[in-house]
Amino acid sequence: MTSADIIARLEQQVGDKIKSKNLEAIDAFVVVEPSNLLAVCRFLKTDSRLEFDFLNCISGVDYLEIDPKKVAKAGFEPHLEVVYHFSSFRYKHRFVLKVVLPRWKDDKPGELPEVPSVTPLWRTADWHEREVYDLSGVFFTGHPNLTRILLAEDWVGHPLRKDYEFPLEYHGIRGR
Amino acid sequence: MGWLEGRFEESVITTSLEQAINWARESSMWPMTFGLACCAIEMMATGASRYDIDRFGAGAFRATPRQADLMIVAGTVNFKMASRVRRLYNQMPDPKFVIAMGACTCGGGPYYKYGYNVVKGVDLVVPVDVYVPGCPPRPEALLEGLMRIQDKVKAMKDLTKGQPLTVPIPSRTGYTLLPPELNDADPQKAQEKQNEFARRTKEKAAPAKA
Repeated sequence: MTSADIIARLEQQVGDKIKSKNLEAIDAFVVVEPSNLLAVCRFLKTDSRLEFDFLNCISGVDYLEIDPKKVAKAGFEPHLEVVYHFSSFRYKHRFVLKVVLPRWKDDKPGELPEVPSVTPLWRTADWHEREVYDLSGVFFTGHPNLTRILLAEDWVGHPLRKDYEFPLEYHGIRGR
Repeated sequence: MGWLEGRFEESVITTSLEQAINWARESSMWPMTFGLACCAIEMMATGASRYDIDRFGAGAFRATPRQADLMIVAGTVNFKMASRVRRLYNQMPDPKFVIAMGACTCGGGPYYKYGYNVVKGVDLVVPVDVYVPGCPPRPEALLEGLMRIQDKVKAMKDLTKGQPLTVPIPSRTGYTLLPPELNDADPQKAQEKQNEFARRTKEKAAPAKA
């Protein structure tokens, strides 16, 4: 199945849970609300014609232009995206799903946006979600052990956020 | 050694205790088996048969800091690793020496500007004796760094304390001896010859059009 077929199948079966779709992109994708993510993912995994039994990757993308001169040309509002790449061993097809989030929950800086965890469906998601939490600052609700995976436990901030400020000092070692 | 020299049997040599100890020490620097990133691969190559760091007496890589004299910090040190590096350094017995191998350990290297988790030089964590720049440095460069450590050991004055520490004079300079056709008494002429040679080699190395 091509991505277009998969999107058609999704719209037919769980059309009310799909927020938007993009067929022009190189990898066509759909966008879902965080509240509908688990239902759509469960459908993707269990449907007999899709059977996405493998979660390749979860990525966090921060859309923010920090240069005030380029903000007008940036072409997007500041937001955060979580991108899921799936593939199926049985049907040898792939699919991309995105969740669009505000950069901060309720626009309060420091409050991480929340997404339901997909660890009940794919065990791989455990470490992927920890990495996204660690570097991009997305809180995955229902994750069994959401701690930092790469950086030290006592690290402050999420370094792959565009507005991240580098530490001046870490445990007595000068940072820059 | 003055009037003492040559007065004894053939197998007896005279030296000062300090020199003898320094000679023994510099001839068997034991590095620690300790690599953090890609520079460690180059360090392994230095230890292997082609470059053979054992020729300089530093081939016995110890698996514990308690038996090592020399820490070759080979690779990027990040903040999470820095405390471990410092602990390893503290566990080494005195006298101990540190070589900062590679651009990352010398000053952050390619991670200097955007590396949020990289220590900008291992000298912020442990005292460094010799810096070996390069990304990664060639094995020859690491051997050169080892020789500088040996010079430093040679100049150690443990037994005669109270003397000022002097900058060691390198016993092996590491300069390349140029063949006579590239050398000249006049430095400017020599430079011209070398540039000409470099130009010719570059032309020779240029890919031929198929």
